[in-house]
Amino acid sequence: MNHPLVSLTIDGIAVQAAPGSTILKAAQQAGIEIPTICYHDHCTANGLCRICVVEVSGARTLVPACVATVQDGMIIHTQSERVRRSRRTILEMLYSSVDLSEAPEIETLALVYGADSQRFPGAQRREPPLIDDNPMYIRDYAKCILCWRCVQVCAEDAQYTYALNFSGRGFETQISTFYHHPMPETTCVFCGQCVGVCPTGALKPKREWLLEKGYTPEAIMGLTRNERRGKKRREGLSH
Amino acid sequence: MEPSLDLSPIRSFLSEIAPQGRSALLPALHAAQDFYGYIPEPVALEIAQALQIPAADVFGVIEFYAMFHTHPVGKVIIHVCNDPACALAGADTVFKQLSRRAEYALETGEPISVTVEQSPCLGLCDHAPALLVQNFPATSAPEITWQELTTKTGRRPQTHVDGDLRLLTARCGKGHTTTLKAYQASGGYSALRKALTMTPEALIEEIKASGLVGRGGAAFPTGLKWESAARAEGTPKYVVCNADEAEPGTFKDRVLMEDDPHQVLEGMIIAAYAIGANKGYFYIRGEYLHAYHTISHALEEARTAGLLGSQILGSNFSFDIEIRRGAGAYVCGEETALFESIEGKRGFPRIKPPFPTTHGLFGKPTVINNVETLANVPLIIQWGAKEYRKLGTEKSPGPKLFCLSGDVQRPGLYEVPFGVSLRHLIFELGGGMRGESPFQAALVGGAAGTFATPEHLDTPLSFEGLRAAGLTLGSGVITVFDAQRDLRDVLYRLARFFADESCGKCYPCQIGTQRQYEIMERILNGQTRPGDAERLQDVGWTMTDASLCGLGQTAASAILSALKYWPHLFQPVSS
Ligand SMILES: Cc1cc2nc3c(=O)[nH]c(=O)nc-3n(C[C@H](O)[C@H](O)[C@H](O)COP(=O)(O)O)c2cc1C
Ligand code: SF4
Ligand code: SF4
Ligand code: FES
Ligand code: FES
Repeated sequence: MNHPLVSLTIDGIAVQAAPGSTILKAAQQAGIEIPTICYHDHCTANGLCRICVVEVSGARTLVPACVATVQDGMIIHTQSERVRRSRRTILEMLYSSVDLSEAPEIETLALVYGADSQRFPGAQRREPPLIDDNPMYIRDYAKCILCWRCVQVCAEDAQYTYALNFSGRGFETQISTFYHHPMPETTCVFCGQCVGVCPTGALKPKREWLLEKGYTPEAIMGLTRNERRGKKRREGLSH
Repeated sequence: MEPSLDLSPIRSFLSEIAPQGRSALLPALHAAQDFYGYIPEPVALEIAQALQIPAADVFGVIEFYAMFHTHPVGKVIIHVCNDPACALAGADTVFKQLSRRAEYALETGEPISVTVEQSPCLGLCDHAPALLVQNFPATSAPEITWQELTTKTGRRPQTHVDGDLRLLTARCGKGHTTTLKAYQASGGYSALRKALTMTPEALIEEIKASGLVGRGGAAFPTGLKWESAARAEGTPKYVVCNADEAEPGTFKDRVLMEDDPHQVLEGMIIAAYAIGANKGYFYIRGEYLHAYHTISHALEEARTAGLLGSQILGSNFSFDIEIRRGAGAYVCGEETALFESIEGKRGFPRIKPPFPTTHGLFGKPTVINNVETLANVPLIIQWGAKEYRKLGTEKSPGPKLFCLSGDVQRPGLYEVPFGVSLRHLIFELGGGMRGESPFQAALVGGAAGTFATPEHLDTPLSFEGLRAAGLTLGSGVITVFDAQRDLRDVLYRLARFFADESCGKCYPCQIGTQRQYEIMERILNGQTRPGDAERLQDVGWTMTDASLCGLGQTAASAILSALKYWPHLFQPVSS
């Protein structure tokens, strides 16, 4: 099937794109970079971070490029004052909320958009204690930007294990298991997919975390061996 | 597991509703909360298994809704409103007094444990300071004893209903619910009979010709919405009545449901006939328990009379309605979040497009309309579009309900033709200011609205008139403030409302509502920092421009309008 291409203008450049393609993809093809944070090629796009917003002529609000599809005749600006203000403020608000020290891509964006990491003095941060409850990975939600990737790969985007969901709502939202149970007591199969898609180091292989903390590889071997035995013992008891 | 936990009540409930699968989750959680006073883990697991939902998802849903608790709460729950209209009337003091009284009761071992909670607007703004006891309206008048209060034996507050017109409210404000018999005696359901003799296309044409636009806040033309759903591919189709009324300052839908439920049902049945739907959902705000009962009863009456069910009034058309209770989440009034909620999920708004008329409830073509919108339908069919258009203005035809509260003589529900002035509503119908202090401002359109100043008093209350003045109609709320009021307190409460109610899905609103709240809190406390006005502007415009749904897009509108009219309120006090 050969659908006619859609014609639109992005930052003054005439662009042709396949119908149904997102503004993000159409821009990429034309060599125009639109920043993204929550978007991931292998996860369902939910339009969460809104860093990819662009100005579409005639639209009341800005439009998220990662989910909005191209329409014939669209006139799009990806760097207007409105767009830049939103991107800068979103970055500043992220800095005021969580620890981004292990999110280099966001740090680069902050430089590009002139975001001040100290813009919101006295702001409440999300800094729950680190959770070290299994031998495979740690969960440090003080670094979590709520991109939902881990929840999604654990569910329909990949694994269909459904170990993860949310607690709270609004600013208080956190990724959580059933009634905050430790990972080994959930449906988690320790496939590690969540760790693989986490963009900020909130989910991290335990070994890497221990190495960072200065443990030697030998010491780590010993530690995790004991932990596995401990788990077996617990399971033996409850059966 | 707690040894004393008896799973049999939830099990027998689940055995009845399990065939509905995930969409029975909210009813199941309500039942569990009622049985156990909270939702214990083993009960949540039981529900997850019976409805075949991942356990973590069930937990996520419990956590989303304010009325579900993972830890025990009192046997009796008292909600005290802390939104603007009630704050003006001393709600904070009432909350403190009742909390102290509940603590005392606990210490002295009184038999019923009582939990007192602060709550967003309860839709009783005309009875400020508003209280709900076990989700039933109560009054905090000094002569009511603790015993009367906690056992709900005090009297129920009545909303004052008045106006230039009494069409939608013809049978409201009389102190009782209009029965099917009384509704029919005044011509009720004759519009349905007439509609059933028309083709769906002709019916839709009539609604289009009437110029009816939605009263839920988004002001979308109702006829176009119906037409789009009628033409959409895919079955089944659904009609949903949005009765999740929770916009601070709004109580019109509550009055329509409590006092004249059949008028709304008749509109809904006609909508279903027009688009070819056989199933409808009536989604009622969780806190509106009385409205839930009046609607349930009206549905029973209608079924018995053959007005609902198969082959309605002897025609080939069959339709029935199921009720869903919300559970304490303002965002679920957003149409797509409401669908998610009926489907048994966290109330996260969906990305639009696609729109509900093609991909709505369960992904099927759906018409979702506000209570007041549907209440207009029988009138239009009875009178004909031409006659209906004689009311109101060219661009805003018909009658409109306004919820008036705050510092006015006669707070209440007022029905007027579109186009009367703000002055007429506040000073003539509402009797003007309550005390000596003159009019300072009115919040028009609810928490998501903007301020009107004395210069705006002659603005016509119509979609186009308000828009030209930089105001919005929203859901028809007018909260009045006299010159003694510190508007910073109002703005602080609005900011807190949005921070509490943000769903957390998109970053601008998830973080922006929290930052906006923190800044308003320090401004209220006289601790404004240099640059706070600019911070509010950046946060406010970012939410307005970049948020995913209407909640975030309007969470700053009152504050941005105040920044325009009263910039000095946001400046640090120079020492
Ligand atoms: C945060 C939010 C809350 C809303 N709450 C309600 C509500 O309580 N009742 C309602 O009818 N519409 C509400 N709406 C508007 C609905 O999304 C939708 O536009 C409306 O139900 C459509 O019905 P109408 O066309 O008859 O107005 C809300 C919208 C948003 C963004
Ligand atoms: S833990 Fe990582 S992957 Fe999961 S939501 Fe947070 S940032 Fe995203
Ligand atoms: S605007 Fe607010 S309420 Fe709406 S999706 Fe975003 S976070 Fe949720
Ligand atoms: S990248 Fe588009 S919303 Fe996050
Ligand atoms: S009930 Fe308190 S403001 Fe509406």
